[in-house]
Amino acid sequence: MSQKVLDALKTAHGTAIESVETQHGDAIAWIKRDQLLAVATWLKTDPAMAFDAPVFVTCIDRLDWRPVDVPPGPPVYPATAAWTEDRPRFEVVYQLRSNRHRHRIRLKCAVPEHDARVPSLASLWPAFNWQERETYDMYGIKFDGHPDLRRIYLYEEFIGHPLRKDYPKEKRQPLVRRDDLPINPIKSTGGHR
Amino acid sequence: MGLELSTTRLEDAAKWAKQSLLERAQNWGRKFSLFTYPFVTACCGMEFMSVAGPKYDIARFGAEFPRFSPRQSDLLMIVGTITEKQGPALKRVYDQMAEPKWVIAFGVCASTGGFYQNYHAMPGADQVIPVDVYIPGCPPRPEQVLDALIMLMDRIQSGRGHSQLRAKREQLIADAAHNE
Repeated sequence: MSQKVLDALKTAHGTAIESVETQHGDAIAWIKRDQLLAVATWLKTDPAMAFDAPVFVTCIDRLDWRPVDVPPGPPVYPATAAWTEDRPRFEVVYQLRSNRHRHRIRLKCAVPEHDARVPSLASLWPAFNWQERETYDMYGIKFDGHPDLRRIYLYEEFIGHPLRKDYPKEKRQPLVRRDDLPINPIKSTGGHR
Repeated sequence: MGLELSTTRLEDAAKWAKQSLLERAQNWGRKFSLFTYPFVTACCGMEFMSVAGPKYDIARFGAEFPRFSPRQSDLLMIVGTITEKQGPALKRVYDQMAEPKWVIAFGVCASTGGFYQNYHAMPGADQVIPVDVYIPGCPPRPEQVLDALIMLMDRIQSGRGHSQLRAKREQLIADAAHNE
């Protein structure tokens, strides 16, 4: 069913597609970053596609990512073709669904670390507004053309993006702590604060 | 000289006994009329509802009345995970409560951060405000909550709540300054 969408996408925007794969019956199309907005506009407006339901937008951090068959340890190059040094670090993922035709597609966009920006799709699907803000908050992906790209969950004083794999996982950035009262001696030895 | 000393001692003792009696009466009244402010942030709230409901019935101990204004309450129940972003709000609620006040950390998240060891969760509400009684459990059973409440009532009766101790300390410091 979703193969139909992939075929239509290939015929309409063949040059925008980097590659195509299928996972658990879901079609995934890797789209070139500069043509993502055009492809998304076509997916929304074309009557045979009519993707009217934005499901989610998120990001995957592929820092230190290795396929299943590569044992843990120092990196060994090249393990597979998909895992090379110049592989972009981030994947921005858009899941779309059409309630009218009952089909779905997942768009992926490879984003390198030094230029972490993708075009925003919030103008097409307003529901992506907050989700793109969340993705920016957690991964630091900048969405070009977003109407209001601010942090959505974390406070403005927060430095960094916590779901990046190189963020120290127990690093807290407290806003307020006690200073007027003695700290409980049992708890003052705690290492994680 | 010796007479003077003995009379001041007697006066001190009388003062102490008088204050202690008054304090005892005050604390007896306080411990049976705790007005809770439920700072409910997470799933422990369901257990809190169970405690407040008819089966376990926290009303038996005089703490049945949740007030949703910190000005009208004297027992702050921190029920659930406190995130770093919530810290200023929690501190503000605590600061707005009238003296004397008491704090119970309900569940492991409010006590130590629980299983959250990451960027957003505060390792215990006592990073921001003082806590009198910690209740372990994820979530704690209602019996534990009632046990903690009885512990807190004992503390209130003996004047060992954190704000009572703080008031005593401040009073001692003020008396010392006055005597000089």
